[in-house]
Amino acid sequence: METFWFIAISIVLVIFFILDGYDFGAGIIHLFFAKTEKDKEVITKSAGLFWDSNEVWLVAAGGMLFMAFPTFYASVFSGFYLPLIIVLWLIIFRAIGLELRGQFKFQMWKDIWDKSFGLSSLLLALFFGIALGNIVRGVNLGGVENGESAYEGHYFFLPLWDSSFSPLSKTPGIIDWFTIIIGLIAVVTLAIHGANWIILKTNSSINSYLKNIIFKLNISLAVLTIISLAVWNSVNPNSFNNFGHKPYLLIFPCIYLAGLIGLFFIKKLKKDIHAFTLSTLLIVGGITSSLASLFPVVLPSVNTIHEPLTIYNTSASEYGLTVAMNWAFIGFILLVVYAIVQKRLMAGKIDHMDYGH
Amino acid sequence: MEDMIFYDRLQFAFTITFHYIFPQLTMGLSLMIVYFKYRYLRNKIEKYNDAAKFFMKIFAINFTMGVVTGIPLEFQFGTNWAKFSELTGGIIGQTLAMEGMFSFFLESSFLALFIFGEKLMGQKLHLLTGFLVFLGSWASGWFILATNAWMQHPVGYEILDNGKFVLQNFSALFSNPWLLPAFLHNQLASVVTSSFVVASIGAFYILRNKQTEYGQLFLKTGVIFGLVSSILVAFPTGDWNAKNVAKYQPAAFAAMEGIFETEEAGAEIILIGQPNMVEKKLDNKIAVPNILSFLTHQEWDRQIPGMDQFKQEELPDNIPALYYSYHIMVGLGTIFIGLMLLATFLLWRKKLYTSTSILWAIMFIVPFPYIANLTGWYTAELGRQPYLVYGLLRTTEGVSPSVSSGNTLFTLLGFVALYMLLGLLFLVLVGKTINEGPKHQTH
Repeated sequence: METFWFIAISIVLVIFFILDGYDFGAGIIHLFFAKTEKDKEVITKSAGLFWDSNEVWLVAAGGMLFMAFPTFYASVFSGFYLPLIIVLWLIIFRAIGLELRGQFKFQMWKDIWDKSFGLSSLLLALFFGIALGNIVRGVNLGGVENGESAYEGHYFFLPLWDSSFSPLSKTPGIIDWFTIIIGLIAVVTLAIHGANWIILKTNSSINSYLKNIIFKLNISLAVLTIISLAVWNSVNPNSFNNFGHKPYLLIFPCIYLAGLIGLFFIKKLKKDIHAFTLSTLLIVGGITSSLASLFPVVLPSVNTIHEPLTIYNTSASEYGLTVAMNWAFIGFILLVVYAIVQKRLMAGKIDHMDYGH
Repeated sequence: MEDMIFYDRLQFAFTITFHYIFPQLTMGLSLMIVYFKYRYLRNKIEKYNDAAKFFMKIFAINFTMGVVTGIPLEFQFGTNWAKFSELTGGIIGQTLAMEGMFSFFLESSFLALFIFGEKLMGQKLHLLTGFLVFLGSWASGWFILATNAWMQHPVGYEILDNGKFVLQNFSALFSNPWLLPAFLHNQLASVVTSSFVVASIGAFYILRNKQTEYGQLFLKTGVIFGLVSSILVAFPTGDWNAKNVAKYQPAAFAAMEGIFETEEAGAEIILIGQPNMVEKKLDNKIAVPNILSFLTHQEWDRQIPGMDQFKQEELPDNIPALYYSYHIMVGLGTIFIGLMLLATFLLWRKKLYTSTSILWAIMFIVPFPYIANLTGWYTAELGRQPYLVYGLLRTTEGVSPSVSSGNTLFTLLGFVALYMLLGLLFLVLVGKTINEGPKHQTH
């Protein structure tokens, strides 16, 4: 039952990053590459029409996590206190940037909200990557050592950074050189994804230029991926054991690899949807590989006294998980139906659509 | 520790207060939008359709604000109230996850369709999407109140040795005797807010002598919805809730009503008075004897326990705040019924559109339904103190053990600053929409 919920929540999270990922990415592209007013407008629109129906997947994932693994939810949310609250503020800035831009016509107003949307998208992508980096690296989960208790039970509190800036320190902070690498991977991945989305949904004048950008971004992504793999094992020595024991899990890294290789052929692709599918593979592969490398651990412990948090020692009761499975099944079907209906009705290029309610 | 709980509570109170400004309007307004759209389908008079679309614009602004201020609340359970989340997540996680999955999704998916899809799908489907938005927003209220009802009156649980609450009976969460009255009371109160807003915008158009045709439609609809809902809020739903409090949280009831000492021969109802916590009595009291006993138990001389009957640590920790919240809510509710009765009478005599003073009153009363709704919410929450889960888990036991008060204070200040900005932008946007008026968007 715990495994079922682990998979279910992972699926919802992956869907969230596929969907909201493209509007984060659109924000990053908007920040760096949008030049003309027309481009800025259509790019904002390509995110603005969809962000709120995408963000509901985050709320769903949060709710499911709270219900199924309350101990994990409580430890992680209070442990990553500061970055999570900052993420909340960024989400707010991004949303109001998107919603407000079109409300008044004067340039300064638009500039402010353009920057707000672009910067907060960039920082959110970075923070989500850093969060993933923290989860695969593990944290100092407290416990009693030499008669001194670090924290109470499995509660911890991570500072934003530690003076050594190293993932190998005894008490690593949220931001260190390893988590920054993962953060950058997330930024580049989502930027590629967002660029593909813009090409897919708009007739923006920079679309052909964006294909060049994607090609370059893909090169840097490949480099970053190689670097991260090289250091991953030293940061968390158990990282690749799962793949050795259960070789079928290798399918997940292969998905990532397929996306990465495919995107080198971006200029030759016949249809825009194909490129978008490839960047979707990047996201699916990246997240699932990280989670598969940990399973059944959900938060490794970097100290030796406290056992890691797993899906078993953080879950709710068997009965609760079972009833929830029944309603979640119906709920999930409904979600997918809504999403399809909605995306269907808003299919095609969106340049002509009226935006700015 | 004291500091920490204070800042945590203040932060939650602040963020939820700000958040609740928005859903209380959208829940009621979605009903009125469906009404306008339905009338348009029946009589094909264009202005009803314009009204539906105009209020959907206001709805959309409120909805966005509600989403961005609602996500922090879900997070804060984990960030600031980690112990509470760990202990009760297996139960209230159910209702909160259902809220996200069933209602929030419904609302946001179909809101986009309602706004952008009228030309794509024809009028009947457009009404249907409006109805689904309404359904989503009310279902949202249902699940949130199911969560709150469990905290007020826990049911269907078992407590393990490690203090964790485990779900025993899923259906009990929704057949909780606290839930239905609280839900109905809350939803009707949100209809009060939205009808006052609609009426107020109508009064504004009439007084300004622009868009008067819409002004009259809004005013009429707002007044009729306002009369019906403000009466239903008081009776039967308000009464039903008060009886529930008396039954399940007698200490809170005594504090709400301001009864310091038990009167053997029946309790009086307090109309006015200020709790004096030093001498444990009400200052400047105006009260009517025996009414409270009658209202609560339908017996004039039935005894109602006063605060002297409970141990200090069982009593709510801020009795004046609870007492005032409750009395402000009730007082405002009474004023609303009075004003709406008067307005309906004038409407019937065909004098409402020219009664300038009443129009001014309706225009400026708008903040008060918001205040009534918020004080109502405070009454419920302050009444539950000193517990997070009534009778079982104290508020002091629910905070995050690893987060320091300095961090909580820092984030609280951040939220205050950010929400001030949001509030300002919200007012600018709504002001702009009202100023443009419904006619603006028909072309």
